[in-house]
Amino acid sequence: MNNGPLHDPQREDAAPLAIKVRDLTVAFGEKVILDGLNLDVRKGEVMGFVGGSGMGKSVLTRTILGLNAKQRGTIEVFGADLDALDFMARKRLERRFGVMFQMGALFSGLTVKQNVQVPLREHLRLTGRLADELAMLKIELVGLQPDAAEKYPAELSGGMIKRAALARALALDPELVFLDEPTSGLDPIGAAEFDELIATLQKTLGLTVFMVTHDLDSLYAACDRVAALADGKVIAAGPISTMLASDHPWLRNYFHGKRARQADAAARPQLRAPPAR
Amino acid sequence: MPQIPDFSSARTDDALHFRFAGSWTVDAARALQERVEMLIAEARGAAQAVFDLGDIERLDTSGAFLIDRTRQDLNGRGIATRLERVRPEFQILLSEARYRTFPDLPPPRKNLGFEIAADVGESLVTTGRDLFNATSFLGEVVATLGRTLLTPSRFRITSVIVHFENFAFRSLPIIALINFLVGGIVAQRGIYLLQRFGAPTYAIDLVGMLTMRELGVLLTSIMIAGRSGSAITAEIGAMKMREEIDALHVMGLQPIEVLVVPRLIALVLALPALTIAANTAALFGGMLVAWGYGGITPENFLTHLQNAVDTSDFWVGIIKAPFMALVIGLIAATEGFNVQGSAESLGRQVTASVVKSIFMVIVVDGFFSIFFSSIRF
Repeated sequence: MNNGPLHDPQREDAAPLAIKVRDLTVAFGEKVILDGLNLDVRKGEVMGFVGGSGMGKSVLTRTILGLNAKQRGTIEVFGADLDALDFMARKRLERRFGVMFQMGALFSGLTVKQNVQVPLREHLRLTGRLADELAMLKIELVGLQPDAAEKYPAELSGGMIKRAALARALALDPELVFLDEPTSGLDPIGAAEFDELIATLQKTLGLTVFMVTHDLDSLYAACDRVAALADGKVIAAGPISTMLASDHPWLRNYFHGKRARQADAAARPQLRAPPAR
Repeated sequence: MPQIPDFSSARTDDALHFRFAGSWTVDAARALQERVEMLIAEARGAAQAVFDLGDIERLDTSGAFLIDRTRQDLNGRGIATRLERVRPEFQILLSEARYRTFPDLPPPRKNLGFEIAADVGESLVTTGRDLFNATSFLGEVVATLGRTLLTPSRFRITSVIVHFENFAFRSLPIIALINFLVGGIVAQRGIYLLQRFGAPTYAIDLVGMLTMRELGVLLTSIMIAGRSGSAITAEIGAMKMREEIDALHVMGLQPIEVLVVPRLIALVLALPALTIAANTAALFGGMLVAWGYGGITPENFLTHLQNAVDTSDFWVGIIKAPFMALVIGLIAATEGFNVQGSAESLGRQVTASVVKSIFMVIVVDGFFSIFFSSIRF
């Protein structure tokens, strides 16, 4: 199995892997969500992850993050097998992650600034002027107005929650960022800015981004490679051209449906070349 | 392995030459800050400073921010600065994370006297508003109840039964247990004290009167305030937080009719039933202790009890129960609707709900005592 577009032998060792998932099986009771899934995310790339609703995109993310138990398989992050790590090593590894949850998961009792400062405070014991300045920097970087810093999550709009959540995810300048539907609920201009922001950060910081998304514009504008999930497996992975060329019925529907054609027409000229290394 | 940030300095002609090395990342935030302060101290008095970034291994937004902050700081002191050997990706980082001043946010007020006065005023206003809200809420509930009675098809019998099961049946064991224990304790103390006067059987009067009139209903109400009142506040509060209440509104449903009335009816039915169970358990506990500790046989206990208590004692306790239920239910529901967006506010409101309802239960009990003694019931 897996001899299709999933494993392109020429590019197999193109870059060291940030995430390597092998034979992953996750089931809830009788219901098997992920069934022998394999996935590679290379260091320094933006990987877009698509799949129908309820197919297990979030389950995969949560499993990599260690929030769900798995029945079988191995997950390696930055070359370290997550099962083999002891508690402290695991915590150290997790410090290199930044996670943005779909609903933001901001702490509702803290202001935006305090939310961003939580990782700085807890991991680096950083307080005072520098902590304030770094938090404000992150808040500005994600495109929030400075006066949003003193607001509580309940006072923010949906788009602002997304940005605040990203600011918190980026607080420690992580190497690996998980984004769960980062542009859902944003207006097209905001979403485009968001894509640009992710691309910029990825270029400057050498971030690896694992992005679950339904936004075709994001896939075109921000992602180096795309992986598609169906029936508990990654059915295709590669640059967006691979996706477009695939004849899997679900992928054809996804990338050649009515909405896809519109996004395609709008974004085609900016189609990103594979990252130079 | 993360390397600590470092720099070395050399003086060439009139310029100070700083060579940056190591990784300037947030992991070493404290070291970064120290280095930067050292650098500023060293540069004092120079006319020109050159920042050579060629040997930096890693740079992130925090490091870039601090380097740029230092640069601008030196500029501000009249020292010209120049960057050298900047890699293109660092260039982007330096411009993205450039130092900027953030608008000063209004500092919090720090006048103690003012704060205290403001707090007192605020709590007075809140208490007044609480009273007003509870009254208006009661009115709304009564109006909704009236409407429901006029159109019985809107009466949510299933919902009432589910809540009754939760409030009554599921709390039966714990309420029976604490009343059983309290009945036993009262009997033991009574027998111990009254033995000195040679009249230990009068402990039976004590147990009977006390539990039937006061303790049974009071303990049950306090337990229900803690157990079910808190649950009602948390449920309604969580629904408020997640805009579920608003969803009910826009569907043309009345949250009070859907959420509050069934719970209130279930509570009003549950509390008298629980009080009867509580009284029974307390008398039973008293009887066992009287038997084991005071040597009064159950037969004697029951005969004496029959003479000691009247049906009026029973009714005094039972009449109070629905009112207690009403107080608990109303406070719990109002507090639930008062929840704002944060998890913290949910916790605060649940606490307030339990504290207020226990307090009000005792106050109401006091009023009933005055009332019953003035009508000699």
